[in-house]
Amino acid sequence: MALSGMRGLSVFISEVRNCRNKEQERLRVDKELGNIRTRFKNEKGLTPYEKKKYVWKMLYIYMLGYDVDFGHMEAVSLISAPKYPEKQVGYIVTSCLLNENHDFLRLAINAVRNDIIGRNETFQCLALTLVGNIGGREFAESLAPDVQKLLISSSCRPLVRKKAALCLLRLFRKNSDILNVDGWSDRMAQLLDERDLGVLTSSMSLFVALVSNNHEAYWSCLPKCVKVMERLARNQDIPQEYTYYGIPSPWLQVKTMRALQYFPTVEDPSIRRALFEVLQRILMGTDVVKNVNKNNASHAVLFEALALVMHLDSEKEMMSQCVALLGKFIAVREPNIRYLGLENMTRMLMVTDVHEIIKRHQAQIITSLKDPDISIRRRSLDLLYGMCDVSNAKDIVEELLQYLGTADFAMREELALKAAILAEKFAPDLSWYVDVILQLIDKAGDFVSDDIWFRVVQFVTNNEDLQPYAALKAREYLDKPAIHETMVKVSAYLLGEYSHLLARRPGCSPKEIFSIIHEKLPTVSTPTISILLTTYAKILMHSQPPDPELQNQVWAVYSKYESCIDAEIQQRAVEYFALSRKGEALMDILAEMPKFPERQSSLIKKAEDTEADTAEQSAIKLRTQQQASNALVLTDHRPANGAPQVSQLGMIMVPSTSNVDQNVVDQPLTHSNGTLSVVDPQPPAQDHAPAGDILGDLLGPLAIEGPPGVSPQSELNNVPSHEGTLGANDALALAPVGDQESTVKPIGDIAERFHALCLKDSGVLYEDPYIQIGIKAEWRGHQGRMVLFLGNKNTASLDSVQAKILPPSHLKLDLSLVPKIIPPRAQVQCPLEVVNLRPSRDVAVLDFSYKFGTYLVNNRLRLPAVLNKFFQPIQVSAEEFFPQWRSLPGPPLKLQEVVRGVRPMSLGEMANLFNSLKLMVCPGLDPNACNLVASTTFYSENTRAMLCLIRIETDPADRTQLRMTVASGDPTLTFELKEFIKEHLVSIPTAGKPPAPVAQQPQPNIPPIASSDPGALLAGLL
Amino acid sequence: MGIRFILMVNKQGQTRLAQYFEYLTLEERRTLEGEIVRKCLARNEQQCSFVEHRTYKIVYRRYASLFFLVGVDNEENELAILEFIHLLVETMDRHFGNVCELDIMFHLEKAHFMLEEMVMNGCIVETSKANILAPIQLMDKTS
Repeated sequence: MALSGMRGLSVFISEVRNCRNKEQERLRVDKELGNIRTRFKNEKGLTPYEKKKYVWKMLYIYMLGYDVDFGHMEAVSLISAPKYPEKQVGYIVTSCLLNENHDFLRLAINAVRNDIIGRNETFQCLALTLVGNIGGREFAESLAPDVQKLLISSSCRPLVRKKAALCLLRLFRKNSDILNVDGWSDRMAQLLDERDLGVLTSSMSLFVALVSNNHEAYWSCLPKCVKVMERLARNQDIPQEYTYYGIPSPWLQVKTMRALQYFPTVEDPSIRRALFEVLQRILMGTDVVKNVNKNNASHAVLFEALALVMHLDSEKEMMSQCVALLGKFIAVREPNIRYLGLENMTRMLMVTDVHEIIKRHQAQIITSLKDPDISIRRRSLDLLYGMCDVSNAKDIVEELLQYLGTADFAMREELALKAAILAEKFAPDLSWYVDVILQLIDKAGDFVSDDIWFRVVQFVTNNEDLQPYAALKAREYLDKPAIHETMVKVSAYLLGEYSHLLARRPGCSPKEIFSIIHEKLPTVSTPTISILLTTYAKILMHSQPPDPELQNQVWAVYSKYESCIDAEIQQRAVEYFALSRKGEALMDILAEMPKFPERQSSLIKKAEDTEADTAEQSAIKLRTQQQASNALVLTDHRPANGAPQVSQLGMIMVPSTSNVDQNVVDQPLTHSNGTLSVVDPQPPAQDHAPAGDILGDLLGPLAIEGPPGVSPQSELNNVPSHEGTLGANDALALAPVGDQESTVKPIGDIAERFHALCLKDSGVLYEDPYIQIGIKAEWRGHQGRMVLFLGNKNTASLDSVQAKILPPSHLKLDLSLVPKIIPPRAQVQCPLEVVNLRPSRDVAVLDFSYKFGTYLVNNRLRLPAVLNKFFQPIQVSAEEFFPQWRSLPGPPLKLQEVVRGVRPMSLGEMANLFNSLKLMVCPGLDPNACNLVASTTFYSENTRAMLCLIRIETDPADRTQLRMTVASGDPTLTFELKEFIKEHLVSIPTAGKPPAPVAQQPQPNIPPIASSDPGALLAGLL
Repeated sequence: MGIRFILMVNKQGQTRLAQYFEYLTLEERRTLEGEIVRKCLARNEQQCSFVEHRTYKIVYRRYASLFFLVGVDNEENELAILEFIHLLVETMDRHFGNVCELDIMFHLEKAHFMLEEMVMNGCIVETSKANILAPIQLMDKTS
């Protein structure tokens, strides 16, 4: 082994290596750093060789984990050195030591640019690599054109162009405007024709970044990718150097198939055939071989092919091959393949119709839950979690519970949470749910968060049938010798509320209950003591006629804690003591807790939060909105409380009539939660309901019902009588609200702008003399990203800018921070993430306000995150269509309706309308030329990808009526889609349409399901 | 964005080479390396080559006393990365002739140059060993 060309460096490295301990090492490093520092400081005439040596030493020291806060200038200055060796060191060390925000980097920008545009290609490579690794926005702006030129230049050699491709990728990520999409897509397509595999590999990475950002613009590249795959699969024109263990560049194959996964479908039949031929060959032709490296490489390609087949989905024949392969993989001995098999099976859950097949492997997956390797156990847990449904919940949850006892600490919390969520979602009956949670607390109390036991209390409170059972179970656990404190809390709470239901059982008299709970008191912490004190008061209250002996015991406890140092406990002790002397009145004051309003589980939210820590396929995301089992849906409640679903509060309580009661009894929960939301027990429809929900409900139907072409202002005038009662919700508030209403008028018709944006993805949402709000949106599956562009049109700044989203319940919307002030003539961008949870026609509203001088302008604008944004048009062949169509026999999955009052249009116009709604018209399926058949895929978290089929039968004699049949695998989706299409057929929002007959139309539009909903009722009234 | 970092660590947990493709402060690097090394070194031959840690997936491979650890995000194919590690080792072999820990340690700069030719901005640039080694050979010739 030859020593490095730099003797000083080798000596230093070897000295550090010989240090006996960390302390010695630090001393040696400090000495060296001191040495370098003085050399850099004092000796101006450092030779390039010396500089190079010191800079490497710095890099070595930095790599060992010591801070190097000087000498950056020297590293950067080497970039301008004339000779290659120094220059190279300068570039590499700079990119290791500095980051894009470093000031010194700016100093280098000119030297770097000179190298890029210079003639020396080795210098070009160095410069491109540096920019590719650490270039920031400034680099993007000043270097992008040069880099682009190099990439597409025909005179440039591959070694420069491959670096230019990845350099451009970096610059594009820093500033996506550097590539003009229209002009660039053709160039990109040309790049993918490249013969040199190095350039092609880099270009493919660039392409993946571009296409993930906007696949629409790059359709022309799709056939090229398929060509690349064919070339690699057939081993055509692949130099030996790019073949790895006989496999033509597995990395390029993988990258290319990854790129193809960003296209929703492959429409062209011949390209599709070509691609599937390649995929088929990979799926069939990958054998297990002895050589590890060859085996890994071929399986890398195989797994990517599996992912691509799953994505393109429709060829059912290959799908079953995929499942079969994965089923084989999860049972093999090779741990890597087993791991990836489980991971990809979890990914496969997103594909419809394979659930049942995956379930067949349940036993094998459960075996993997006990694998000696934690990586595999985690994958298995995720898969089990994802594949759980009502039919297998009992088995899976019981497995999880059993495993909990022996699981690693690192996994217990996740395991406990997942078991709790599954138990809640898929409980075949509620007593089983209570059993599971109590077992969870018993086995892994330390890992059971408060949310979990709060949740079980909510269920028990809301289900009278469950109360005696839960109380009995709690009582049984108290007999155990050592129980977890959380168990003390939950049993004390449950027994306080419901132990009187057990009174006739042995060991369950109030006195016995009290003494067994009280035994635990010396061992518990302060917050639990508070709960126990409440429990005692409740027990006292329930023992009628009062038992003097019990009374004395409890009073003794209260008087003991009257002087407790903890204010909470002290207050409770004093108050309960006083209250418990009130005799009969106690019954009212300490009455049972009322039911909790039904709402989404906070556990699921929590699961989403912790997900950041696990890998991608944490199936939680896929499942969050999975339909709960019937048992839990049935938990009924007063309809009045149904409204608030606004946020995830720890616990929402409905106070009963007695204020004292509320203050006292609520406290333990508020304490541990920090949040308490008081919901008025009166029906909240008028003013207390969260505006968002009601607005959402109102807006959905109303938007269409309103006479088209009527400007928002006149809508306001039409309904002045409602202003008083509806408050802020009135009349859509599309126009500016408030005193200044008449002074700041929107430019253009807001409703029309909205309708236009429903059909396209970018445009102006709102404009007035001061501000313009533009929107640009991208949709992918059930997710979307909208960017709001708030542009100040004036030379003075806009103040107090506020934007808030009022989301309907089916959308999850996350708006990034909106700046308070928009500077003059400036435009700010606010990204808004959208997740579609389930099908609904409700509309999200942007509540937007700003101040210009003395004007306060407030608008509520509908956001075009409407149903059709989550469609993906799909061409269906006759062989696919008819079996599907027949398999959905009738209501509620297939609905038919005769629609009258249709805006007359030719079939061609109707087909255009459908296509613009992303419902793809499939010609030739219906033999009758007057009919029209369309299909699309709808994406939401709840339904996943779901195929929708539509058939319209028109009457050539009367174009104002037609018969529509809509089918999908989800009843809500079918209904919503039918109504959605109807709305578009009946009243296309064009200005100047005669409004009268149309305005009558929507009455039957109101979904019958929602008729108990106050919002919908109001909508009906309006 | 693909590869986030590449580490070479010996059995004693000493870092022999570290290349990051996203910016982390020194403190963050130290913690991350400590955690990962502890996790991976504790694993045995029968376990798989992938470890999930925070938002990363670590793909690792052991060669004698040296561990190669590659941190990737969810956009990467694990087995392809695993073989990429082997490609890196084969490339080093071709240059050093049966590469060992000391080669990498004392030829830190060469190891960096090779890596630099293979990965850029977290993406694979080149997989042909001849092309990867060309600049180093050029330099050996000139010096």
